[in-house]
Amino acid sequence: MTQPLVQAIQIAKRFDVSPPWLNRVLERKPRLLLTAVDGVSFDIERGQTLALVGESGCGKSTVARLLVGLYGTSQGRVLFDGQDAQAGFQSAQAQALRRRIQMIFQDPYASLNPRWTVQDIVGEPLSEHRLVTERDALQQRVVQLLKSVGLGAQDLLRYPHQFSGGQRQRISIARALATEPEFLVCDEPTSALDVSVQAQVLNIMKDLQAARGLTYLFISHNMAVVRHMSDRVGVMYLGRLVELAPKKALFARPRHPYTRMLLDAIPKMRQTGQARVPVQGEVPNPLNPPTGCSFHPRCPHANARCAAERPAWQVDDEGAGVACHAVQEGRL
Amino acid sequence: MSLLQVRNLVVEFPSRHGVLRALDQVSFDIAPGEILGVVGESGAGKSLTGAAIIGLLEPPGRIAAGEVWLQGERIDNLSQQQLRPLRGRKIGAIFQDPLTSLNPLYTVGQQLVETIRTHLPMSNSSARARAIALLEETGIPAAAQRIDHYPHQFSGGMRQRVVIALALAAEPVLIVADEPTTALDVSIQAQIIGLLKRLCRDHGAAVMLITHDMGVIAETCDRVAVMYAGRVAEIGPVHRVINQPAHPYTRGLMAAIPDIDSERERLYQIDGAMPRLNAIPSGCAFHPRCPQAFERCGLERPELTAGGAGQAACWLALEGRM
Amino acid sequence: MTHTSTWAKLWHSDIGYSFRHSPVAVVAALLALVCVVAALFAPWVAPHNPFDLATLELADARLPPAWEQGGRRLYLLGTDDQGRDILSALMYGARISLIVGVASVLLSMLAGVSLGLLAGFVGGALDAVVMRLCDVMLSFPAILVALLIAGAGRAVFPHAPELLAFGVLVFSISLTGSGWVQYARTVRGSTLVERNKEYVQAARVTGVAPLRIMRRHVLPNVMGPVLVLATVQLATAIITEATLSFLGVGAPPTSPSLGTLIRIGGDYLFSGEWWITVFPGAMLVLIALSVNLLGDWLRDALNPRLRG
Repeated sequence: MTQPLVQAIQIAKRFDVSPPWLNRVLERKPRLLLTAVDGVSFDIERGQTLALVGESGCGKSTVARLLVGLYGTSQGRVLFDGQDAQAGFQSAQAQALRRRIQMIFQDPYASLNPRWTVQDIVGEPLSEHRLVTERDALQQRVVQLLKSVGLGAQDLLRYPHQFSGGQRQRISIARALATEPEFLVCDEPTSALDVSVQAQVLNIMKDLQAARGLTYLFISHNMAVVRHMSDRVGVMYLGRLVELAPKKALFARPRHPYTRMLLDAIPKMRQTGQARVPVQGEVPNPLNPPTGCSFHPRCPHANARCAAERPAWQVDDEGAGVACHAVQEGRL
Repeated sequence: MSLLQVRNLVVEFPSRHGVLRALDQVSFDIAPGEILGVVGESGAGKSLTGAAIIGLLEPPGRIAAGEVWLQGERIDNLSQQQLRPLRGRKIGAIFQDPLTSLNPLYTVGQQLVETIRTHLPMSNSSARARAIALLEETGIPAAAQRIDHYPHQFSGGMRQRVVIALALAAEPVLIVADEPTTALDVSIQAQIIGLLKRLCRDHGAAVMLITHDMGVIAETCDRVAVMYAGRVAEIGPVHRVINQPAHPYTRGLMAAIPDIDSERERLYQIDGAMPRLNAIPSGCAFHPRCPQAFERCGLERPELTAGGAGQAACWLALEGRM
Repeated sequence: MTHTSTWAKLWHSDIGYSFRHSPVAVVAALLALVCVVAALFAPWVAPHNPFDLATLELADARLPPAWEQGGRRLYLLGTDDQGRDILSALMYGARISLIVGVASVLLSMLAGVSLGLLAGFVGGALDAVVMRLCDVMLSFPAILVALLIAGAGRAVFPHAPELLAFGVLVFSISLTGSGWVQYARTVRGSTLVERNKEYVQAARVTGVAPLRIMRRHVLPNVMGPVLVLATVQLATAIITEATLSFLGVGAPPTSPSLGTLIRIGGDYLFSGEWWITVFPGAMLVLIALSVNLLGDWLRDALNPRLRG
C-alpha cells in the first residue's frame, strides 16, 4: 500500500497568551498557555479529501495552519510524502516544499491584497518561485489560471474590490493553483459566501480535484457541505479529535455523542416547523478545559470515568476511529 | 387585521453614479403573532427592509416612496422624534452581532432597566424585578446575580439571550431580528432559535426574521418572503415555498443548498451573480439568469399580488405556464 | 487596451471626485500652489534679492507699503530695517520654510515608517524597544530637541552657522528628531492589523521573505494615514522653524526666514511700522492653513476608502 501523502502524528500546539511580563510580576498573574491542538493524528491519501469539522475553538483552523507551516508544532510531527514537513519548511529546500502545499482562506475580503491587481496577486507565486520569469509568459500563465476558475483575461488589471465575494474566492483558488501543488488546505472556503455562490465555488473545487488529482484538507463547520465534499470526516472538539470515519459511515452511524449532537443540531429543511434537538450548554473556555474527556459536561452519557480519564483513540478495522469511553465500554 | 403592512416600499441611495434603488416596490404583511421569514442573499435588500421599518436607515439612504403601517397607523413618515417612543415599545430589534448590540460600559441590568423604564411607567425596583424575570425566561442561569454583570462576562450565546430579553423588555408587538444566529455556533443556533420562537409565542409578539439561512427559516417561520435584487420574488407559507417553490430563483436556491440527507455529484448552480444596484436588468430582475425566461420576462416586470398571499413574481406563474 | 495617464485616473477616481466637490479642498490647494510656486521660483519671480547684501540700500530702510504715504512702488509691501523688500523677503523666506518643512517631513517619514513597520511586523523585543524610544522622545518638547541638535551642530561646526545650507540641514534633522515618532506609532498600529490579515498569511504560505512582505504587501496598505499625518506635520514643521528662527536659533540673519522677519519686525511694531511683522505672519498663516485644510480633506476622503 502506498503511503499517505499527508500524515499528522500526535500534533499539538500551545500558545502563550500570558499577560505581559510587567503585569505578571506586579500582579502576580500566572503564565497562561492555550492548548489549541492537543494530540491530533490523521492520514490523508493522495487524491482524497479529508474534512475537519467542529465548532469555534475546536482547533481546526490551527491544524490547517500547522500543516502549511504558518505555525510550528509544539509537539508531534507532520509528514509530507514521507518526509518531515516541519524540518522541510526550515531547510534550504523549503521553497520546493511550499510549491507542493498551498492554502485557501476563509475571508474573501481579507485574503487578497486590496492594493494589488489580480495579475500581480495570481502571478506572485510564479515569480516568487521563479517558475516563469518572462513578462508575457507570466501574463499568459495567469490568464490560463484565471480561465480554469471561470474568470478571464479582462480581469487581469482589476482590483479585488471590483469583484464579488465568490469571484474573489475564485481568484484565491487560482493563486493557490499557480505552483501546481499536490496538497491544498482549504480553511472554510465557502463559509462567507451566499448559498448559490457557494455552489459554484464547490463545483469548481471538485472539478479541479478530479482534473488534477489534488488532495484536500477541507475545514468547515457546515456538515452538509462536508458531506458533499469529503471522502473522510474528522470531528474535533476543544483541540482533540473525537471521531474520524469514512463519510458514509459517519453520517449513517455516528458513534461519538458530540458527532450525534452536531448532526441533530442541523435544521431539517424538508420537515418544516420541526424544532431541532438543542445541545445542552456551550463550548467551554479553551483556557480552562474540563478534566478527562473534554465533552463530558455536555454529554448525556457521561459517567465518573469520563470526568477523570481522557478517552483513548480506538481504531477499528476500516480505519475509523473514535475516542469515547461509552463507545469503548459498549454503553452506546 | 394585519399587524404590519408594507406597501410598495422604495428605498433609494443617491450616489455619484446616480440614484440607486436598493428596494423597489416591496410589499408584504405580517399578522399578529406570526413569524415571517425574509430570506435572500447578500445585496438582496433584506436587512434594508428591516432597517426601513424600524426607521434606522443610514443617510443618504431614504424611503423614497411607499407606506409602512403598524397597527393601522402609518410609521414611515414619522420624524426621529416621533419614532423614538415607538421603537422599543412597539417594535423590538435584534441584530446580528451580540458583541456590539450591548454597551460594554454598562451592566446588563442597567441596560434592561433603562429600556423598561423608558417605555413603561415603572419604579426602579419593579423594573429590576421584571428584568430578572426576563433573564430567567431567556434561560440565563442565576439571573438574580448575573443581572449585575457586564456584557463581556457573558459568552456569545448568552449575550444573544440578553439581547432577546432587551428586545422583549417593553412588550413590543413586533420584533425585527436581523441574522440573530449567524454569528453563533451551530449548536447554539438551535438553542437561540428555539428560544426566540417560544418567547415570541408566549409574549404574543410577531417576528420578522431576516436571514440567509434557509434551514433556520424552515424550522422557525410560518411564512417566508424570498428577496432578490431589492424585490420580493416569492412569498407564501414556508412549507409550500420550500417544498414546491414557484419562482425559478427559489427553485435554484433550494437546489443549490447541499442536503445533509442525500448525496449529489455536483450542486445545482445558478450561473452569474445577483446584479449590482446600478445594473438591474429591465423587466424581471432575475431573467438573465433564469433557465426558463421568455420574451415577456425582459420587457415587463412581474408583480406580486397585493397583500402577498402565496404568490411568485414570475410570468411563468402568473400566466399559468408552470 | 488604452493606457490612461495617472493624472487622468486620479481625476476620475473616487478621490478625484471628492476633491472636485469639496470647495475647501480646491481653495486650499490653490492657495498652497500659489505659495509653493512663489517660493520655489523666488529667484526669478521676486522683484529683488533680499539675500544679496550688495543690492540693499540702507537709505530705503523701513519704508511703508506702496499704498501708504511714503511708500514706493518699487517696494510693494515696504522694506524692513535693512532695506530688504518685504515682498521678496516673503518669497525667499517661504522658500526656506518650505524646504525645511518638506525635508524634515520626508526624513521623519523615512525613519518613522521604517521603524514602525519593523516594530509592528517583527514584534517582540524590537517592538518594545522602538515603542519605549517613542515614549522617551515624546516626553521631550519638540522645541527643546530642536534647540539641542542645533546647539550641538553649532558646537561641532563653529564657523558654519553663517551658511544657509548648514542652517537648513540642522533644522531638518532637528525637526525629524521629534517628528518621526508619530509615523512610527501610526504605522506600527496599522501593521499589527494588516499582519494578521489573510493576504499576508497567503504570502507567507507561498514562501515570500518577511522583508519583501513588509515592503510590497503591508507598506502600501498602511500609507493612507501616513499621508494625512504628513500634511499636518508639514504645517507644524513650518511653524516650528519659524519659532526657532524667532528665538534666534534658526536661519542666519542675513538670509532671514519668515520667523526671523517676524522677530525683526516685532521690535518695530510699536513704533508703527507694522508691515515688517504682519506680512510675514500672514504668509506663515496662509501656508500653514492651506496645508492643514488639505490634510483635513485628505483624511475624510481616504476614510471611507479605507473601509472599502
